[in-house]
Amino acid sequence: MQIQPIVAALRRHRLATLLIAMEIALACAVLCNAFFLVAQRMEMIHTNSGIDERSLAVLSVNGFEPSQAADVNARMLAGLQAIPGVQSATLINQVPFGPQRAAAGVTHDPGGYKKLIGVVDFVLGGPGTFKALGLKLVEGRLPQADDYQPAVSFVPNDAQVLVTRALAEHAWPGESPLGKDFWCDKFHFRVIGVVDHFARAQPHQYDMAQAEWTVFTPTAPGGSLSGTYLLRARPQDVQRVLRDAKAAVAKIAPDVVLDQEDSKTLGDLRTDYFETDRIMIGLLLGVVVLMLGVTALGIVGLTSFWVGQRRRTIGVRRALGATRGDILRYFQTENLLIVTIGITLGMLLAYLLNAVLMKFYELPHLPLYYLPIGALALWGLGQLAVLGPALRASHVPPVVATRSV
Amino acid sequence: MISYYLDLALRSLKRNKVLTALMVLAIAVGIGTSMTTLTVMHVLSGDPIPQKSADLFRVGLNVFPDDNFRPGDKVPDNLTRRDAEALLRDARADRQAMMSAGTMVVTPAQGDPLSLEARYTTADFFAMFAVPFRFGHGWDRGDDGHHARVAVISAALNDQLFGGRDSTGSMLQVGGQSLRIVGVLDDWSMNPRFYDLSNGRFGDSEQVFVPLATALDLHLATSGTMNCWGNVPDEHAADAPCLWLQYWAELDAPSTRRAYRQYLQNYMAQQRQAGRFTHPGQIRLLDVMQWLDAKGVVPSDVRLQVWLALGFLGICLLNTVGLLLAKFLRRSGEISVRRALGASRRAIFMQCLVEAGVVGLAGGVCGLALAGLGLVLVRHQPTDYAGLIRMDPSMLLATFVLALLSSLLAGLLPAWRAMHVAPAVALKSN
Repeated sequence: MQIQPIVAALRRHRLATLLIAMEIALACAVLCNAFFLVAQRMEMIHTNSGIDERSLAVLSVNGFEPSQAADVNARMLAGLQAIPGVQSATLINQVPFGPQRAAAGVTHDPGGYKKLIGVVDFVLGGPGTFKALGLKLVEGRLPQADDYQPAVSFVPNDAQVLVTRALAEHAWPGESPLGKDFWCDKFHFRVIGVVDHFARAQPHQYDMAQAEWTVFTPTAPGGSLSGTYLLRARPQDVQRVLRDAKAAVAKIAPDVVLDQEDSKTLGDLRTDYFETDRIMIGLLLGVVVLMLGVTALGIVGLTSFWVGQRRRTIGVRRALGATRGDILRYFQTENLLIVTIGITLGMLLAYLLNAVLMKFYELPHLPLYYLPIGALALWGLGQLAVLGPALRASHVPPVVATRSV
Repeated sequence: MISYYLDLALRSLKRNKVLTALMVLAIAVGIGTSMTTLTVMHVLSGDPIPQKSADLFRVGLNVFPDDNFRPGDKVPDNLTRRDAEALLRDARADRQAMMSAGTMVVTPAQGDPLSLEARYTTADFFAMFAVPFRFGHGWDRGDDGHHARVAVISAALNDQLFGGRDSTGSMLQVGGQSLRIVGVLDDWSMNPRFYDLSNGRFGDSEQVFVPLATALDLHLATSGTMNCWGNVPDEHAADAPCLWLQYWAELDAPSTRRAYRQYLQNYMAQQRQAGRFTHPGQIRLLDVMQWLDAKGVVPSDVRLQVWLALGFLGICLLNTVGLLLAKFLRRSGEISVRRALGASRRAIFMQCLVEAGVVGLAGGVCGLALAGLGLVLVRHQPTDYAGLIRMDPSMLLATFVLALLSSLLAGLLPAWRAMHVAPAVALKSN
């Protein structure tokens, strides 16, 4: 197959060629970036919370005075534990994908803002909460009975805490975090252990790298640690247990108000939390499909037009001995050339678009391997779109050459 | 002449139905997606209080002690109670109010206790934000001063608790205390809820309004961001080093705005002299639209969707350019005959543009239907703004303008090429 005559023919249709190439280029740029965004969202949806989501539910009540907290906690814990199927009922202040209750900037030095580590989530947990969550300890020790200190304001004044591996690697890179100290203003924390994974309440609101900057703070019940309860049951029982627990609140503590919105299974919390991401993925994929469809239609339309215009030329070529395959391959090669020009432009455009997106959204660089994937997709699309008109061209009979008009 | 071109355009479009349908469809899909996302954007970035948005200012002061002050930091959104009360006492603006969000549990005469969203604020709130009343009125500054046990409730709560009758004078049981209802709001919602964006940006307004001093007396729970430094036994204490109160000032004239800015600078200077900090301090005064802009109230996903849709429209237009070009040049013969019979280049150009415009209008109509469909989908999304999304007349008009403009734009190049067809060559080759 000779390329030269094709190039010569394209030169005569510079404008149309350029248009299709531009369309391909734009499609390439949008395609690569849309797929990249989809991949990012997918990664978010699969955020590892580090806990046994399938076995857990959370129940939240409010409307009681701080002075009643101890009494409400005692009644609620006893009442919830009595529900059939509940393996454990413990106190917690926040869970992954639920409302954020305690987050603050922490530093390497007491009191100041000079050696900032970052903003971390404090998960306060009573006795038994660590085990109920199913967190995986990778280093250090579990909290013991005397580690559970009362939280006078939002966290205990002096706490022995467990941090996630992600936070440990950020705060003390290359060092063992065990025994290390950090502060939040006057509040002091000492690391006694490291957990594998533990997502913060609203991981989405932070960089991906900060999604697990969580500090598990053993806390004695009362004060800030009241009103939110973690229920653990067998996965198949969780829904029922939560339903029973919600119904039981009116009997256990008639004086408090059940927070319907925040009382859910962890599975439901996760689903709700990522709902908008799922919609966005659907939307992005929908636009990609529509866009590829429109691009394909454009190619079909223009190639059909060219085929119509060149009917006589095709007839002459056929009369001079070109086979049907030759004609077919001519249009296929022509399309390959145009799409290749488009893709070359499109790759530049994709990086430009990525740079713009990076400016406005917290997005990393577009990985290079997206480009060949986008290119392959568009080559495929181009060949598919051109097939119909090209086949029609190959069926032009040689006799056309002998007719005028 | 235009009607003749219109007739020609319709004939030409009818002659090649598939190609015409393809062009209309491409424009319709592009317009439909663009208008869906632009409408969402338009609704979300709208002015919640158009008659007053230029007169209402959010006040921010940077009063961090030197230890917590880092140059280049943003001025915090909220004020400490000490500063808010000082500004309120001086009352240098035309109107001013400090406020916080909160939740309270109300025990109705019958039925279960209700957990309600509340706003603790001061007397000017209602006049400042042009809050409409169905019954009664707000409280006055005197009530703020002597911590009156009063409340204003929303229309929805009034319907729920009192069956919609005039409940002013009735009592609202909150914990062990009772608050006298002095006013019932008419239907009122600010979207976005610009006066406090920290507790849900869109949605209904609060159900109960209580004087801030009363709420503090009763130890009602506050919500929203609470940013403290130092050791804080009671975050709500009068001198607690905690930023948690929103402060708004109404300044109706440019001269009062200048004066108020000067007043705030003087206030900061006084605080510096009193030894609270040694850094120069910063003030920030933003009107409603500046404030919404600074807080980035339009979700970033929505912006992304707009970009995506516009990119998509671009592809659809390029596509239309290509198809129109093919169509016009295929008619080289016909155009040459018209030229040979004396039609000017301008006439050919106009004829082609009219044809492009007809395609655009048809695309606009179909696009409008698609946008309507898209908006129904948006309304069924579980987002806090879903219920607000409506197409208004201005967006309706914008749809057609966009469709027509983009199709004319797409038609320019093909029409230009068509008018330069050399009649003699084209006629001979046929």
